[in-house]
Amino acid sequence: MAETTTAQEPTRRDFLFLATGAVGAVGVAAAAWPFVAQLAPDAQTVAAGAPIEVDLAPIAEGQIVKMFWRGKLIFVRNRTPAEIEAARAVPLDDLKDPEADQARVMEGRENWLVIYGNCTHLGCVPLDFQGQYGGWFCPCHGSVFDTSGRIRQGPAPINLPVPPYRFATDTSIVIGEAA
Amino acid sequence: MSSHSTTYVPKNAAAKWLESRLPIIGLVHSSFVAFPVPRNLTYFWTFGAILMVMLVIQLVTGIVLAMHYTPHADHAFTSVEHIMRNVEYGWLLRYMHANGASFFFIAVYIHIFRGLFYGSYKAPREVLWILGVIILLLMMATAFMGYVLPWGQMSFWGATVITNLFSVIPLVGDTIVSFLWGGYSVGNPTLNRFFSLHYLLPFMILGVAMLHVWALHVPGNNNPTGVPIKSGKDAVPFHPYMTVKDTFSIVCFLAVYAWFVFYLPNYLGHADNYVPANPSATPAHIVPEWYFLPFYAILRAVPDALLGVILMFASIAVLAFLPWLDTSRVRSGSYRPVFKVLFWGFVVTCLMLGWLGSRPAEGIYVILSQIFTFLYFAYFLIAMPLLGLLEKPLPLPNSITEAVLGKKAASGSGMPVGAAAEPQSKG
Amino acid sequence: MKKTLIIAGAVAASLVASATFPFGSAQAAGAGVTPPKQEWSFAGPFGTYDRAQLQRGFLVFKTVCASCHGLEKVAFRNLAEPGGPEYSEAQVEAFAAEFIVDGGFDEFGDPRTRPATPADFWPSPFANPQQAASANGGKAPPDLSVMAKARTYERGFPWWITDVFTQYNENGVDYVAAFLKGYVDPPEDFDPALGNYNLYYPGHVVAMPNVLFDGGIEYPRDDQDRPVVPETVEQYAKDVTAFLMWTAEPHLESRKAMGLQVMVFLLVFAGLLYFTKKRIWARVGGETEGHAAG
Repeated sequence: MAETTTAQEPTRRDFLFLATGAVGAVGVAAAAWPFVAQLAPDAQTVAAGAPIEVDLAPIAEGQIVKMFWRGKLIFVRNRTPAEIEAARAVPLDDLKDPEADQARVMEGRENWLVIYGNCTHLGCVPLDFQGQYGGWFCPCHGSVFDTSGRIRQGPAPINLPVPPYRFATDTSIVIGEAA
Repeated sequence: MSSHSTTYVPKNAAAKWLESRLPIIGLVHSSFVAFPVPRNLTYFWTFGAILMVMLVIQLVTGIVLAMHYTPHADHAFTSVEHIMRNVEYGWLLRYMHANGASFFFIAVYIHIFRGLFYGSYKAPREVLWILGVIILLLMMATAFMGYVLPWGQMSFWGATVITNLFSVIPLVGDTIVSFLWGGYSVGNPTLNRFFSLHYLLPFMILGVAMLHVWALHVPGNNNPTGVPIKSGKDAVPFHPYMTVKDTFSIVCFLAVYAWFVFYLPNYLGHADNYVPANPSATPAHIVPEWYFLPFYAILRAVPDALLGVILMFASIAVLAFLPWLDTSRVRSGSYRPVFKVLFWGFVVTCLMLGWLGSRPAEGIYVILSQIFTFLYFAYFLIAMPLLGLLEKPLPLPNSITEAVLGKKAASGSGMPVGAAAEPQSKG
Repeated sequence: MKKTLIIAGAVAASLVASATFPFGSAQAAGAGVTPPKQEWSFAGPFGTYDRAQLQRGFLVFKTVCASCHGLEKVAFRNLAEPGGPEYSEAQVEAFAAEFIVDGGFDEFGDPRTRPATPADFWPSPFANPQQAASANGGKAPPDLSVMAKARTYERGFPWWITDVFTQYNENGVDYVAAFLKGYVDPPEDFDPALGNYNLYYPGHVVAMPNVLFDGGIEYPRDDQDRPVVPETVEQYAKDVTAFLMWTAEPHLESRKAMGLQVMVFLLVFAGLLYFTKKRIWARVGGETEGHAAG
């Protein structure tokens, strides 16, 4: 009698144990999720991180304007023709992070350069118009950026990235919405 | 904690009543009174007690500081100044807490290097050692988050640089970073959660430290000879012999600590942290606290960010594997002539990494960082496995008593009190 | 025992030190010139503030600095508290009453103003940072409450070690005093369009102009109508810097006084413990340490 039960019962019992364990595990995982998910940016932070519209009209040629989007610094630079030319004259082979100036600005609006304003090395804020390329110079560890915001010298590994943005009108952009 | 029977005999009815229901006095008695310790422990063995005192100081000062501190990006800096100016003895509590972190690390590093030299990580103390590594990790997390709370420039930018490290993790890196921040950059949600965790982690340290003491009391203390206690003559009871020695050492340590708290309270900090956090301007040198510098140097030694992060975490993780990486049968470095040289070389390596961590990551400093990072790992991964096989150790003494009192004393009659302290044969 | 203690001390010292010496502040690192060391009454283990100097420094602050810089962490009442300039309560009430501050709302909900009281904090000269910046050529003058601790300069080897023993931590005040005197003639190739030239400011180009001139501020006179201290830039800079040290560290005097008591207590206690320990260990034939006989 006892032997027949051991032959038959185990599979049924195994399944019962497995099912109970699995349901319990699902319960634990489901209960744990809110405690993990609460770490994500909250609704108000997300709302405050909505795209921002920037009026370009007051930014004169040769001027740099700074703003924050999602707590990160952004440079908007109205480049002079000479600065655009300087950025385009350099052969891509000379660059640490090869990227054409054309790929960093919108076609037909080459004077507008919109980039993140924190050095890609350790996040310092580079100084405007400094350094031998007339772009930016980071005072922390000496990274030099050109008028396209590309790394030319120093420890920064990559160019200052371009945030997502699009032109809403001829004289205004929306930062946070891709073109 | 450990299962050995206690020699404690309750003296009155109340104690007997309690002891038959919760044998806690017996536990304390067997762990901290009758507990047999080797009679040859040096002052390096007092740092465990010093660390307990530092943990209590940090907990107590931290809890009362939290009664006056405001964990909000707009108010944190001002609330710290409020503590410094308006709260009764607030300046004392804050300077004790800030310098206490540094002295906690000074003590823990001496404690670790003592363990490294005398082979305290070897069998049967592997679990004890690994619990210690976990405490070190928890201490680092706690200290890092604590430094963010005053919300000065170095707080903000230190948090930015360190949290950004996690972005190099493939695929999930950016999600992890935004979960750390609770936003799109270091901000008020970050400060809030760091405060919560900074309050929590010390109690986890306390918990693991209790396990650490438990794991110590099973095999008992290592000692400068590395030879275990063989007879009552080799040991003395913890109380009063070690209690008085520990207390003397604690008071000496507190005197050095007080020197900094009262006379050089900002020496170990950064002037930049008295400038309120400003996301649009960075300090010229973003440097972590001194106790993180060796790891910071390892992080920046290699140009690849992901590899740097892996190496930094590996530099601590490798400690946990040391009991199995060290192949020598001899425990104490005192009897290992080649090991001794390598050990001091390792100490110098750590100091050099500390120095390099404070230098800008450029030119010769990068090359030196790479060399010393290599030497750091070579100690664990090359020297320790090979040395045990190649080195010819010096002859070991037969017992602790023979080592400290000579052969004659060891064969003579026993010490009067030592006999009271029976060494444990099993856990 | 001695040997192990020495090694422990050396390891501790070098651990602390290896890490510490390079901490040049952002503001004071780089191309700055090392400021000269000055004598300060509040330096060292027995240091105290010189009340007359703090009062002169407050005069300089009030006359010159306060028109652009805030001192928002300092309340008027602090000026009368022990360990500071220690003005009388009446003087402090008079200082406070010179300022008109926000007084909440009246019964119609309109904003009200009132004269400041000793419990009020020093009002900022500007309504907000934007106004401060636009009134000062684009760069807002920083608040000076903790400035004496927020600046430093790199000490370099071996001074970062000796500083621990000599208790030199007047880096901040030495820098600030030097900075205030640092408006020397710029080199010929200096472009004045960049800003003002300062010898001690890192990078030398600073938005703040020179504000101190010999005889510019009238100091208290003695009975023969001579100023008690010289009315020079040197003296003004030193006095106002001492005042800023007090605003940054208002409890410095009680800290150092308590430090002495604590040190004496700990040393006496350590001495007693040392002999107690010897007595106790004598029961087992004295302390036996380490791994070698003898």
